[in-house]
Amino acid sequence: MEIYEIILKNYNYWIFIILMFTGLYGVIAKNNIIKKLIGMNIFQTSIILFYVSLSAKLDGTIPIITETDKHKPDTLIDAANYMNPLPHVLMLTAIVVSVATIGVALALAIKVYRTYETLEEDEIRRKIASGYTGEN
Amino acid sequence: MKTFARITILFCLGVFLWQSWDFPDWGDKDSPASSHLSPYFAKNTMKDSHVPNIVSAILADYRGFDTMFETAVVFSAGLACFFLLRRKPPKTKSKYYRHLPTGITVKITGEGKEPSKDSKVFRQIDSLWTPYDLIIRKTTQYIIPFVQIFALYVVAHGHYSPGGGFQGGVILAATIILFAVSRNLVAGLRWVSEKAASVSAAIGVFIYAGAGAMCIVLGKVFLNYEALMEVFGTDSVMARYYGIFVVEIGVALAVTTVMIWLYYNLSSSGKHDEGL
Repeated sequence: MEIYEIILKNYNYWIFIILMFTGLYGVIAKNNIIKKLIGMNIFQTSIILFYVSLSAKLDGTIPIITETDKHKPDTLIDAANYMNPLPHVLMLTAIVVSVATIGVALALAIKVYRTYETLEEDEIRRKIASGYTGEN
Repeated sequence: MKTFARITILFCLGVFLWQSWDFPDWGDKDSPASSHLSPYFAKNTMKDSHVPNIVSAILADYRGFDTMFETAVVFSAGLACFFLLRRKPPKTKSKYYRHLPTGITVKITGEGKEPSKDSKVFRQIDSLWTPYDLIIRKTTQYIIPFVQIFALYVVAHGHYSPGGGFQGGVILAATIILFAVSRNLVAGLRWVSEKAASVSAAIGVFIYAGAGAMCIVLGKVFLNYEALMEVFGTDSVMARYYGIFVVEIGVALAVTTVMIWLYYNLSSSGKHDEGL
């Protein structure tokens, strides 16, 4: 197999893996809570890309029944002409839920900032250790 | 700590990249993900519900339970944000008003008398954003109606083209957030109040769950829209078609208002006096 053929058949997975670990690194190693949230969002985006790239089919069109197929009986419709609709559905809801979870996460970050007046994790830990309870 | 994280990440990255050979090739028609269940959807949506957009049919009909609880999750995220952040704005804070005919900015502190809320001469402005913003105001004023019509189109044509409740709802919410960003938060609140946003989010979830419960009342299982045949006065296939549409409207309403509600709470950190 030619080298470019290998690359063409697998590079979507490489992109998703690299994005996924970029996000995971952000969640694990960064000190700032907002940077952690950005990492989490990159992670979610990589999973969405993974699902959507799994649903792709060569020469397949978007999962909307075409005019010519509309009046055919179900046995004559060739499912290989349409991209896999199931990952699209899952990711459609996942995108909206990820926005909602980001909203809750930002609300928690605001709450943390109100109490400890910082978003740096080591400073928060130091303040907790020294018995700081905040003003709010 | 950072070196440990880096080593772990690089190790896992290597393992994953190595294992990527086992994934199906890109665009493979016979990959496991597209060979068991998904051909059924492509073959049967027209027969079952007359909806050409397979994604809409799966979203609201075949996987109706999933979507109902996704909507509930979005609604509870809005609620969680509200309970975490909402508080009364501080009374001692001074407010800024612009006198429109002269362009003078007036600062009113504690005891001072405020102009009435629908005054045409004085307009409340944020303390962080004082310049007169003619271009932004006019541009958004002309853009917003078209974007809203497009959002309604996306909701209504979810059966025939890419779209549906989630997408249309987010676009509709974007227009109101755009309005609140281009003026100020108070102007946004005057258009869609917090009460309207929260109540219609609950109504959106209620429409969805109510359409499901209606099916129980009419003698079928939960979310089986065939039961709504007599309500819509059609045959069982078209009943599914209309059932999907009702559910999409519920989703659109819930998503729109929850997004707006999240924006109000996050941008003003729960005080609702002035935002971004």
